[in-house]
Amino acid sequence: MMRYLIPLFAFMVLAAFLLVGLTLNPRQVPSPLINKPAPKFQLDQLHEPDKNMSSEDNLGKVWILNVWASWCVACRDEHPLLVQLAKSGIVPIYGLNYKDERSTALQWLKRYGDPYAISIVDIDGKVGIDYGVYGVPETYVIDKKGIIRHKQIGPVTVDSLEKTIIPLIKELQQQV
Amino acid sequence: MIYPLNGVIKVTKLVFLLLLLIPLAGWAKEAIPVAEDPEVEKRMLALTMDLRCLVCQNEPISDSRAEFSNDIRREIREQIKADKTDEEIVQFLVDRYGDFILYNPPMKPTTILLWFGPILLFVIALGALIVHLRRRRVQVGEISLSPEQLAQAEALLDEEKKGKKV
Repeated sequence: MMRYLIPLFAFMVLAAFLLVGLTLNPRQVPSPLINKPAPKFQLDQLHEPDKNMSSEDNLGKVWILNVWASWCVACRDEHPLLVQLAKSGIVPIYGLNYKDERSTALQWLKRYGDPYAISIVDIDGKVGIDYGVYGVPETYVIDKKGIIRHKQIGPVTVDSLEKTIIPLIKELQQQV
Repeated sequence: MIYPLNGVIKVTKLVFLLLLLIPLAGWAKEAIPVAEDPEVEKRMLALTMDLRCLVCQNEPISDSRAEFSNDIRREIREQIKADKTDEEIVQFLVDRYGDFILYNPPMKPTTILLWFGPILLFVIALGALIVHLRRRRVQVGEISLSPEQLAQAEALLDEEKKGKKV
């Protein structure tokens, strides 16, 4: 009896591992920046190039940093959700315009709506490297102390907003 | 002659047409130098050969044409020029992209199973083999026959001998 059960058992263990493997997304590389201070930046604004914005301006509030570009197709998918989230007033969204051209970026915002409190320009992707960006769009939730609490790689979905991002933001806003 | 130049007007026309081609020369750009500094390039290549392009995950950054790899290569070049050591550069990237960017995973608590799993499996298999062989030897040794069985076996052998003679 045992000599039949052992291979069966071994097969089941292997199958269980493979089954778990099927549900994992190899594109979702866990960011080492979670629970670490958000990298500092000081960048020019998109709408008013002579003004800049620093990551430290947002200390004391929970905010979202959304990395986007007009050349990024998936950004168009998530954009209506961001516009909606901005309208709800739950959390301010800041846009990091990643390796884009100012004029096309501005046109893009005019066409699809502008959910961003401020958009800043990362023309050569340097700040992107600091944030570990490799697949635009990416979205970071940053808490009152300036610590990254969540990173979403790829477009934000209704599911990820309702199940993860919004509950997390509400929780972070409770903290002093 | 393709164009019979029988008149000043025709010549000026031709010159005018040729002048129109001048802007085309503006298109021809000088090739962008791949390696401004061969030493920097050599170090950069050696480093990026062991780094994963996160966009095209089964390609090293050194081989990849992805925008991401271009940026990382540029970043590494800049850091080499800024006199950073290889270790510092790799650490810079790991801090931002995680161990996943390394094709050679570092040895640490979360990767112990990865490093020693195969050896562990081998030891388990070897142990199982030894136990199995020992058990079989005991089984083989245990086989003993009763006097009746021995007599029966001898009778059978005798019968066979007789049969062969016939």
